[in-house]
Amino acid sequence: MSARDEILTAVREAVRDAPRGQPPGPQPTVPPTDRSAMLERFAALAADYRATVIRCKASEVSVHVLKALRDARRVILPAGLPEVVVEAVSGRLGKDAVAADAAGHAELEGFDAVVTTCAAGIAATGTVVLDHGEGQGRRALTLLPDLHVCIVRSGQVVPDVPDAVRRLDPQRPQTWISGPSATSDIELSRVEGVHGPRTLVVLLVGDR
Amino acid sequence: MRVALMATCLGDTMFPDVAKATVTVLERLGVDVDFPEAQTCCGQPMINTGYLDEAEPVVRVYHRAFADHDAVVLPSGSCAGSVRHQHEIVARRSGDAGLVATVERQAHRAYELSEFLVDVLGVTDVGASFPHTVAYHPTCHSLRMLGVGDRPRRLLEAVRGLELVDLPGERECCGFGGTFALKNAEVSSAMGQDKADSVIASEAEVLVAGDSSCLMQIGGVLSRQRVGVRTMHLAQVLAAQEESA
Amino acid sequence: MSADAPTFLGMPPFPEAAHEALGNEQLRHNLRRATGTIRDKRAQVIGELDDWEGLRTRAALIKDTALHDLDRHLVELEEQLVARGVTVHWARTAEEACMIVGDIAQSHDVDEVVKVKSMATQEIELNEALQARGIAAWETDLAELIVQLGHDLPSHILVPAIHRNRTEIRDIFRAEMGQVGRAAPEDLTDDPAQLAEASRLHLREKFLRARMAVSGANFAVAETGTLVVVESEGNGRMCLTLPEVLVSVVGIEKVVPTWDDLDVFLQLLPRSSTGERMNPYTSTWSGVTEGDGPQECHVVLLDNGRTRALADEVGRQALRCIRCSACLNICPVYERTGGHAYGSVYPGPIGAILNPLLKGVGHDEQVDSLPFASSLCGACYEVCPVKIDIPTVLVDLRAQVVDAHREDRRPHAEAAAMRAGAWAMGSSRRMALGQRASGLAGAVLGRVSRRANASGRQVLGWLPSPGSAWTRTRDLPVPPTESFRRWWKRTR
Repeated sequence: MSARDEILTAVREAVRDAPRGQPPGPQPTVPPTDRSAMLERFAALAADYRATVIRCKASEVSVHVLKALRDARRVILPAGLPEVVVEAVSGRLGKDAVAADAAGHAELEGFDAVVTTCAAGIAATGTVVLDHGEGQGRRALTLLPDLHVCIVRSGQVVPDVPDAVRRLDPQRPQTWISGPSATSDIELSRVEGVHGPRTLVVLLVGDR
Repeated sequence: MRVALMATCLGDTMFPDVAKATVTVLERLGVDVDFPEAQTCCGQPMINTGYLDEAEPVVRVYHRAFADHDAVVLPSGSCAGSVRHQHEIVARRSGDAGLVATVERQAHRAYELSEFLVDVLGVTDVGASFPHTVAYHPTCHSLRMLGVGDRPRRLLEAVRGLELVDLPGERECCGFGGTFALKNAEVSSAMGQDKADSVIASEAEVLVAGDSSCLMQIGGVLSRQRVGVRTMHLAQVLAAQEESA
Repeated sequence: MSADAPTFLGMPPFPEAAHEALGNEQLRHNLRRATGTIRDKRAQVIGELDDWEGLRTRAALIKDTALHDLDRHLVELEEQLVARGVTVHWARTAEEACMIVGDIAQSHDVDEVVKVKSMATQEIELNEALQARGIAAWETDLAELIVQLGHDLPSHILVPAIHRNRTEIRDIFRAEMGQVGRAAPEDLTDDPAQLAEASRLHLREKFLRARMAVSGANFAVAETGTLVVVESEGNGRMCLTLPEVLVSVVGIEKVVPTWDDLDVFLQLLPRSSTGERMNPYTSTWSGVTEGDGPQECHVVLLDNGRTRALADEVGRQALRCIRCSACLNICPVYERTGGHAYGSVYPGPIGAILNPLLKGVGHDEQVDSLPFASSLCGACYEVCPVKIDIPTVLVDLRAQVVDAHREDRRPHAEAAAMRAGAWAMGSSRRMALGQRASGLAGAVLGRVSRRANASGRQVLGWLPSPGSAWTRTRDLPVPPTESFRRWWKRTR
């Protein structure tokens, strides 16, 4: 018998006489009572895990992106970013602001920062979720540069994890990000900044 | 209501004063206490060491001894927990449908002392006075197997003259664990030592708990180190009617 | 990695191994500090949720029903993975799994792989197996790196180097990093931020160079063919994104039926493990994504004792485990012995049940000792996010161990004592006789005992074996001359 058949047979044998329970239905999601409180909570909890959080109006996005990029000299702008952002960053950096569509890993190492949008924000945990679609780029783009500026539209923020799970498409690769890279491996005290971007800036846009 | 005392094997043999105190408290509250002499042990020492076959006759003795009682009061969270949660395991393993049915019918009548006083009698003030500083250790099986919650604390708070002080890390196990104390004596001792240290840190005169076994462990360490903190069972404190000095 | 990496093979039974650990003051200090920190953090973030108990119950139910229909879910998972370009392998044993991974590596002619922290690959001792085939496996999680560079063994599920403090870690980095790649900076201090930076630099070249990665998975979603890896540092993202080939070794119990089921687990796991509302990074992927990440993906579905555990009526609930470590962090035994004493990559309360369940009892003294490595205090059950009733499983496994030795040619002293105890407790008349004897002994001992405890009761400070196990550290009250039973008879 193949390993596959043997394992499947053993699984069936193992639970032959086991009582069957009922799986629970999906977790009920609680509608947010207060949208502005939800956005406040998202901003506060993202900041609690050492992300830099900036709230701004839609018209101010490019100004704040430029500010967040500080003295970054080479910046990745994945395809699909809002035009105004691309124009503003390219205006400052010229040909050092690129989509990096075809760049190899070693080349990506040479970039200081990446600017992206996201697929969702989660208020109860301060998490941003990338599904690597338009404006977010393939996964390596948000991994190798040391600074990640993530634009979150206020309408993308949901109250809790179950809301996000239901909203996201499992067929797309996803990266859930809660603050910058961190470790608690040394005496369980938290240190920010190991392998992923050491600085995460979350720009929460709208409802201002 | 027919109420029986289960003295427990450890209480009956090693700590008769705890069983006597339990009788004192119950009688003071007007309960007519019966002590069925056929009783022996709940079987927990065998069950928790893995000797389920050996536990079976002991479990049978328990249910024969207390067949006619509406409530069995045990001055031990651990033994009450064993009756309520473990007898079923022994019965099922025996393959004796009669024993399974008996356990199903009777096991839930076992009450740890504080449960019986608070839930069945509806009493928190048992008329005790004990003018001492007391720390309470809420023993694991009372806390987590039975879920007695704050019942012992409410009983202690109603004792006249008693000052209840915090025991640091109170929810942590004392390290007794039945035969664990012998099979893993060193770990058990290390846990007992840390519990004793927190008793000392509490600055209490008396350490109180609802299980003689845990008190034997903690008291054993305190005594070995000649720390002058007394250990007393909850029943003994509730039985006390000391005048303040 | 170097050939002197130790293994858990040949570890002594728990009490013996614990003896050594208890003597190590530094270890106990490190552990107490670390577990205390994480316990507090956990309690705080759990307090933020309205219905933690409800979440635990849901999680347990989801896992139980998933395990009940595991054959169906596994087949569905396989179909979905294959449809998304993944090659699926099945491994009955550790050896088979290691062989599969090694063959994939060899077929790509690689001599090194980067690894995401994974319990399954530790369980099957993949690193050692790859090394035997000339393939270096680089651990990239900081704690795993510390363990690997220190030629050490993991002692915690989540934080394998929990037994090391910052100074020890600095010394390991200084001495070892240069042997296997980029050396630690000359002026490295024991500041955790500097240590993390050193590991960043040391590993970056390996991430960029490696052509193959090996991961585990925290969850595998059957209906969508999605694997999920939950992590903190970004080393997981590096391994899951940069190499060309990705092999994920997944225990068959990791399957959850639907994508929506993740909502519960992504709330429970980070709060229970690191005491965070959410871990810094969670990666999910459903097969190969064109132009993004590894273009060749393999999944190895691993049994290695899981079907044995699944067949255990009481113990099968252990397969709900999501490897959060909350039971380790709360366990008073673990806190004092550390993880090595359990002789397995799965230490602590979950290890005390999982190892015997995966390996079976009755043929290895070390495994048989594990169910007894607990005072049955129940704190583990209280914190378990998937409600594994560890104390009940422990007691059941103790019975299995006892039963497995009932036919031993040389009967155990303990078995004789238990039989004698049960005989005495089998009738009140016999018990009363025993009490008469202990009362007489008490009368004699009361006279010879020179010591009393704070309540004025005479105590014994010394007993012959096996009672010496008690009296080595604890006094024992002298038995009273009159049992309660006799007092009742005399006075009523």
